[in-house]
Order: sequence, then C-alpha cells, then structure tokens
Amino acid sequence: MADQQNNYDHLVINTCVLAGTIMIESGSEMTRVNDTVLRIARNAGLKDANIYATLTGIIVSGGTQDVGAQVGSIDKRVLDMEKVAKVNELSREYEAQKISINEFYDDLLHIDEQVAMFPLWVQLIGAGLVSGSLVVVFQNNLPDFGITFLVGMIGWAVLYFLNIYVQIRFLSEFIAAAVVASLAILAVKVGLGIKADDVIIGALMPLVPGIPLTNAVRDALSGNLISGPARGIEALISACALGFGVAIALHFF
Amino acid sequence: MTFFMIKCACVYLSGIGFGLIVNLPHRALNIAGINATIGWLVYYWIFTTWGGLGAPNFFGGLVIGILSVMIARWKKMPSILFDVPGLVPLVPGGQAYNSIKNFALGDYQTAFNYLSEVVWIAGSIALGFIVAELVNKINQRIRRAQEKDE
Repeated sequence: MADQQNNYDHLVINTCVLAGTIMIESGSEMTRVNDTVLRIARNAGLKDANIYATLTGIIVSGGTQDVGAQVGSIDKRVLDMEKVAKVNELSREYEAQKISINEFYDDLLHIDEQVAMFPLWVQLIGAGLVSGSLVVVFQNNLPDFGITFLVGMIGWAVLYFLNIYVQIRFLSEFIAAAVVASLAILAVKVGLGIKADDVIIGALMPLVPGIPLTNAVRDALSGNLISGPARGIEALISACALGFGVAIALHFF
Repeated sequence: MTFFMIKCACVYLSGIGFGLIVNLPHRALNIAGINATIGWLVYYWIFTTWGGLGAPNFFGGLVIGILSVMIARWKKMPSILFDVPGLVPLVPGGQAYNSIKNFALGDYQTAFNYLSEVVWIAGSIALGFIVAELVNKINQRIRRAQEKDE
C-alpha cells in the first residue's frame, strides 16, 4: 500500500516537472508555470508541494518524505503558444477529473504529436502579414505593402532554416537581419519599393523578440528576479544581433 | 478615412500574422487579431486627441492587458495568447530602427534621441501592463468576495 502511494507520488512529481518544462520551453511566463504546477500537485493530493522554476531548469518537491524532489533541465526555448495552451487545458481537465494522472502524464509525453506547429508556408504568410501590415501602421506607407510582405517572408525563411541547420544562437538573427536589410535596399534600387527604411522596419518586425521582452518585464515585476533579467538579457542580445545585421547591410550598400 | 480603415485592417492582420508565427491555437487567432485592433484603436484615439508618446502607449498597454485577461477567462486559455499579438502594433519599431541606423552612420546625437524615445515608449507600455495587472487582481478579489457571499 505504501509502495503504491509512493509510485503515485512519483508519477505526480514527474508530471509536474514535465508540465513545467514544456511550459517554460514554449515561452510561458513564470507565474503561470508556478501556478499550474502547484495546482496539479494540489489536485493530486500533494498539499505541501513546492516549485522552484528558472529559465534553465525546474525543481519540484513533493513535500512528503518518500518522494523528495525532481529536477528538469531546460535547454531549448522555442515559441509555441499552442503547447502552453494545451498544458493549461490538460491541467484544467485533470482538475475537473476528466482525465487520470496516468493519461495526463502520457499526453504530456506525446505532446509533440498532438500539437503541430503551423507548416512553413503558413508561418511564411504570417511573417509576411506582420511585415506588410506594420509598414502601413507604423509608416503610413501603403505602396510598399507588397515588397515588404515578400522581404519579410524571405527574412523569416532565412531565420527558420538557419535555426535548423546552423544552430548557433543569435547568429541566425544577425544573418537574417543582414539579408532583410540588403534585400530591402536592393529592391528599392531596382525600383520595386519606394522607401528602403520603411521596408526594413516592416520586414524586421517578425524577427523582433516580442514574447521574451514582454515575459521579461512580467517575470521581473512578479518578483522572479532570476528569470526576468535572464530573459531580458536574451531579448537584448537578439535585438542587438538584429541591429548589427542591419548596420552591416547599411554600411555595405 | 479610407486610409484609416485600411490601417485598422492592417492592425488586425498583423495580430493574426504574429499569431501564425508563434503558433497560436487556431481558435485563438481571430480573437487575438480583434484584441490587437481594439488596443491600437485606443492608442490611436489618445494619440490623435492628446498626442505625445507616453499616454497613448500607456493606455494601449492597459487596455490590451485588461482585455486579454477577460478574453482568457471567457475562452479558458492563458492570457499570454492574447496580449502578445495585441502588443505588436504598439512596438516602437520605427524608432528602434532609426536609432540603429544612426548609430551605424555615426550620428550618435540623433541615435540617442531615438533610443530615448524607444525606452520611453517601451516603459509606458510596461507601465500600462503593470496597472492592468493591478486592475485584474482587484477584479479577482471582488469576484472571490462575491462568491463567498453567495
């Protein structure tokens, strides 16, 4: 009997660690991670569970003597809001006792199969939409919508493939920004666009680290002084990489 | 007027486009775009009546912060799904670019001018978010108190 309880507690802790890991990896803010994990633990009967989450690792302790604490490490960070939503949904279902802890754990293990990223062409259209429409919003420049749409798509494609094949952090942002700026200047020289500056501003927008920045502010404000500044540094370095990329392109053309 | 309508449509599209690249769930896309449009309309309204940089961005951030939590409660999804696409049209992209450009061209005076604008705008948006969080917390307290009374 005690053994069974022990196994159950272990499963709960593992579920908590996995849920937290997935949420941090996908770009959730820390208060939500703490909240969700503690709620799962409490619903599973571990009243004294505790969590310590940072950007690079997560520790969940069960609060009972026999299970101790588990550590999960977080190495990669991608933006995938649907996973955050999915974990949230699963945790709600568990709270309403629609699924058991076993099913919950199983679903989390196979979350990659359940939650698909949008295919590349949809992402490209998304990047194009962000680029094109923001030129109109920021710079009141309607004629450049088309070319910015195109340049923004190319910039996103460059970032996407560099992230897959090169895997050096911040280098992909740098190259993508350089490509975007060069293409924009060339397009204006050939006569496809009107103002190179506007095209660059629009086409860079999908590359700007918007979610890390908002999360940095939010984490720091909620008192998580480890994750907030860490995210801020990450966002700042990506922003600087983008800036240097543009600066180099401006220098050469 | 036509241009204003086009701008509104563009804000909506940019919210949806950003949703596509950060992989929002399908049923959150439309509402995220609408959230972005409402936030930007508030920004635009204050920008055209009062002017300045701080107030429009502050109220834009505030409205987006409050709306996203309301939508989150209604749709039963995390609020981060709705506020990030909402903030996209408020990001000081133009100023940030001009700052970088002038740094690259060696005109540091202009570059710092733009940079301070960027910091000011970003700070206003963040402050709007903080106040939105405060409003949401008060809201939550009131709700809980009401539930207890019943």
